[in-house]
Amino acid sequence: MYNSDKVIPGIIIFVLFVTLPIWWNHGKTVAAPQPELPQGRCVESKEYMRSHHMQLLNQWRNMAIRDGMRVYTSSDGARFWIGLQNGCMKCHHDKSKFCDRCHQFAAVEPYCWNCHIPPETKKFGPPKATKLLKLFHVPVTLGDSQEGEE
Amino acid sequence: MNVVAALVAVIGMVILVWLGVGVLKLYTLFGVIVPYAAFLTFVIGLVYRMVNWAKSPVPFKITTTCGQQKSLPWIKHSRLESPANNFEVVLRMALEVLAFRSLFRNLRADLRGRKLYYGSSKWLWLGAILFHWSFFIILIRHFRLFSYPVPDFIRMLDAVDSFFHIGLPHLYLTDVAILAGLTFLLLRRLVDAKVNYISHASDYFPLFLILGLVTSGMLMRYFLRVDITSVKELTMGLVTLHPKIPQGIGLVFFVHLFFISVLVAYFPFSKLVHMLGIFFSPTRNLPNDNRRVRHINPWWEGVPPKFLTYCEWQEKFKEQLESAGQPIDEDCYKDKKES
Repeated sequence: MYNSDKVIPGIIIFVLFVTLPIWWNHGKTVAAPQPELPQGRCVESKEYMRSHHMQLLNQWRNMAIRDGMRVYTSSDGARFWIGLQNGCMKCHHDKSKFCDRCHQFAAVEPYCWNCHIPPETKKFGPPKATKLLKLFHVPVTLGDSQEGEE
Repeated sequence: MNVVAALVAVIGMVILVWLGVGVLKLYTLFGVIVPYAAFLTFVIGLVYRMVNWAKSPVPFKITTTCGQQKSLPWIKHSRLESPANNFEVVLRMALEVLAFRSLFRNLRADLRGRKLYYGSSKWLWLGAILFHWSFFIILIRHFRLFSYPVPDFIRMLDAVDSFFHIGLPHLYLTDVAILAGLTFLLLRRLVDAKVNYISHASDYFPLFLILGLVTSGMLMRYFLRVDITSVKELTMGLVTLHPKIPQGIGLVFFVHLFFISVLVAYFPFSKLVHMLGIFFSPTRNLPNDNRRVRHINPWWEGVPPKFLTYCEWQEKFKEQLESAGQPIDEDCYKDKKES
């Protein structure tokens, strides 16, 4: 073999590159994610939800936000309230124990939570009076008092 | 005819997977054995080809030059077009591999009436660069199915590739680019009569195969949908050497997996080895230093040179020389007569 000083390192780099996934994980197995499943039925069948839940959520978003349609009739005729927090999350309470398990495993980052606030992950402490609020004499409990009025 | 043969081969593969997985339920064969066998063929085949190339002597320094050679210190030499040392060779090779520099010089020839015209033609370069770079980025992006936890770099690449948030799931820009590139490369062979004339089935087959691979992948992501968690269970099983077949993965995934298996297994036996062959091209990987460094033909390394003196040569061909009426050098026989 000629130029083995260049060819052999080249071959080693090639083999290392194509076997990267194997030695990156160095043979340790990864358990399949086990999301916590609530009792009862879901909107559609389990198989359909596993592969198509994103399409369904997208359809729901368009129906609810663009058409104002809040009722979904599933393929077997059952009716469901359309909503992420008031629909899905009523049964699947905990985002970190349901959504995140598979999403982290598959490295999927859905942008649901850019607008929706997962109830259990964001904790709102008592509001603090900032200098600006003090300057204009705005009570810090404004939000609470409004809710009370409603 | 070539096109039809290649197309039939690729469609035949889809039917094969449909029969094997859809009807006969041979999940282990198509999900584990075929991918492993294909990967081994790929690695062993390509290493064999590389060793084989490295064993072939390069009798002459045949570097391609398109610029001023390094000579006198006050003549500026072209570092990329006429590399004078190994560093400049590496620079030129890097640009060749990453930017397809020599393809950028592609010309087209046209007969207009009775005159032959040459003109610049960058379309092939554009199609090739779209295809190759998209394919490479898609390959890197697939690492998210082969690693856990997924490195941040891969997540970032994913986010950049789906930057425009078109549709749901977000459309990858490289998916569009690779389709555009492949379509151009295929149409070029079908439409341009000069290229069509020199195209074989082995030119169409990889194109159709990669087109099938891309189509099945895009179908899986955007339209037919498969359960990505089960898919990752399968791929992680493959790379951690603990293969397992989760239930309920759609047929389209097995078509995709079979296409990529065939593609990598086909690599060492086809024109696709240009991926590694480029590094072994003597016209690209040799510095243009003919005038400073003597290139010794490796055939003659360690072999003492064999010379014939004129007299020995004349003696060997004496009959032919005499019959042709050539003059015979009598000096060669002087010494013998005297002695």
